[in-house]
Amino acid sequence: MGVEKKRYLSQLEQEGFKQTISEDFPGRVIPGGNGANIVITSLDKIVNWGRSNSLWPLYFGTSCCAIEMMQTGAARHDWSRFGFEVARPSPRQADLIIIAGTIVNKMGPVLRRLYDQMAEPKYVIAMGACAISGGPFYYNTYSVIKGADHVIPVDIYVPGCPPRPEALLDGMLLLQDKIRQENRIEKVNPIDGFDEGELT
Amino acid sequence: MEKIVNSNLKTEEYFINMGPQHPATHGVLRLILTIDGEIIKNVEPDLGYIHRSIEKMCERDSYQQIVHLTDRMDYLSAHINNEAVCLVVENALNLEVTDRVKVIRTIIAELTRISSHCLWWGVMGMDIGALTTYFYAFRDREMINDIFEETCGARLTMNYNMPGGLMFDIHPNFIKRTKEFIAHFKTKIPEYDRLLTGNIIFQKRTKGIGVLTREKAISYGASGPVARASGFASDVRKRHPYSAYDRVEFNQALSTEGDCFARYSVRIQEMWESMSIIEQLIDNIPEGEYQTKTNAVIKLPKGEYYQRVETARGEFGVYILSTGTKSPYRLKFRSPGFSNISLLNEIIVGGKIGDLVATMATIDIVVPDIDR
Amino acid sequence: MTNQEIQNMVSGWSENIEFSEEASQFLNITVSKDELHRICEKLKQTPELDFDYLFCLTGMDWGEDLGVIYHLESIQNKHEIVVKVKTGDRDNPTLDSVNELWRTAEFHEMEVFDFFGIKFNNHPNLKRLFLPPEWEGFPLRKDYEDQANMIIK
Repeated sequence: MGVEKKRYLSQLEQEGFKQTISEDFPGRVIPGGNGANIVITSLDKIVNWGRSNSLWPLYFGTSCCAIEMMQTGAARHDWSRFGFEVARPSPRQADLIIIAGTIVNKMGPVLRRLYDQMAEPKYVIAMGACAISGGPFYYNTYSVIKGADHVIPVDIYVPGCPPRPEALLDGMLLLQDKIRQENRIEKVNPIDGFDEGELT
Repeated sequence: MEKIVNSNLKTEEYFINMGPQHPATHGVLRLILTIDGEIIKNVEPDLGYIHRSIEKMCERDSYQQIVHLTDRMDYLSAHINNEAVCLVVENALNLEVTDRVKVIRTIIAELTRISSHCLWWGVMGMDIGALTTYFYAFRDREMINDIFEETCGARLTMNYNMPGGLMFDIHPNFIKRTKEFIAHFKTKIPEYDRLLTGNIIFQKRTKGIGVLTREKAISYGASGPVARASGFASDVRKRHPYSAYDRVEFNQALSTEGDCFARYSVRIQEMWESMSIIEQLIDNIPEGEYQTKTNAVIKLPKGEYYQRVETARGEFGVYILSTGTKSPYRLKFRSPGFSNISLLNEIIVGGKIGDLVATMATIDIVVPDIDR
Repeated sequence: MTNQEIQNMVSGWSENIEFSEEASQFLNITVSKDELHRICEKLKQTPELDFDYLFCLTGMDWGEDLGVIYHLESIQNKHEIVVKVKTGDRDNPTLDSVNELWRTAEFHEMEVFDFFGIKFNNHPNLKRLFLPPEWEGFPLRKDYEDQANMIIK
């Protein structure tokens, strides 16, 4: 019912779409469904079902998007319907970090340290225009990092300024779909080879 | 007990970091505490973790673009921040806005104030340990968000004000929904009082904690409910009225004790006063245009301009020095949180860490407002 | 008190004060940097003037010179005044701190040091507030250039 959206690359590739990445792209693109061109065993299906239905997010909101994240956790749009029941304040007990807000030069090392303290497997959602690419603070500032993916690898991008709670829930459900297609043995760790470099 | 502790036991002070990512600091604020056991000896705030250099950006932006940036500074009173920049531009150009615009701006500003105090109440309860208040407050705040979404188009960063008036006229349902909300909310504040204010644990955690005297409040530049709870009548709506505040009757909420419980009751009283202002204005919105024409490129004449408004946190000021071009030469935002956080060290020394959490909750800062 | 009465009272304190009221909604006085502390103390302690609320402290780069602008108000007598001062030296700018008179100046002066580089004498804790401690340069000056971070439009 409604609009039939094609979300996955495999659905589009059946129609003959070929994804191209430009030559000067500085990062690495890992296709969604990590290792999913290998057949998923039924043990993996059960483990992935368990993992995706109980992700615990970390409290990390820097600016205005944090208020919309709090609204998503409140009573009208409730994220604990989908399993994100307890938001943990400590990174060692969380599996998901939702970057809600702008990241500045002084906060970059702190974000990297929080990500390193989380235990594997861990996922990242970039919420709002500021975390995707610097947002309204792109031009003429000397202290904003133009995108959180200069610091940590990001799985899901949710656009908006700020995104509605329904948009954030859509992003979280897409992350659950992505986790259900992972294969434990063939999985690529996104942090390999991603060293600190310069913060710009 | 005291004799045993003080005689042979050697204690030392040490530093603890309440780091940028913390559930009780309302944003990315880092506090470096020097403590001896659990008694606090010194608090030093370390700011700058959300410093987005808005003042430097404004030196290259046009005035309509500056209005969009003020939303994101103190996002809980977004509408009132927009109003400050619009008033500066209108006063500098000697532009008269219609009565309809003034009355609508006042009504929406008071709704924003109620929404911000509602969120403050919910989060304060959560900090003290009562988790239920979070859900109750957000349920009521969603009703205000619905009113804003229908009229202004957005829930949080609204940009409804522009120099010269409003972006669009109000939706036909605006008056009806606002009246329904006021009728609903009047039954809720007594419920909140029964839930939290009369609770003996809450009273013991907030009475007598973090006392601020009137002279210190004036010397530290405090404003807003923090200053009014110490007896300093600092409301800008009474001292330098703007928009439609000179035609409504309301009282300033004042108290003389200056402790956390006084700051709490001043804010609850302010919610009642805001509802009374809306009731006086909502039935008599005058007819007229919702926008006065300005040029597409606004250039202020040479000179210096200053405008102050009362946000939910205190006195917000905009200072512009213009040399006649399309962007200001220097723009400075006087933010209420910056002055309010500087008095933290003065009022909390000698208390415990639990007292620090209760005091931070009642000072009610929003960190992007401090760091701009 | 009206602006004319304030002007009459203050002009008796020193010869190098300039007054102006054009292009602004307040009375502006410009003082020299050696007399800043003395004039501010008299503004605060004279009972008829009693300026006890410092509500805005702004750093400013006037092109050849740096300076600070203070906005003062009296709560009892309900009048306002603006005090401007220039440092005279762009490479090593220094000024006196007014921290003992108005305690709010402590954080505001740290911010002015962070963005403009003006050092304040007798300040208890002068260090960078918003930017990381190893940052070089003073961003809000007009000749600040930062090729790595800023994308100019």
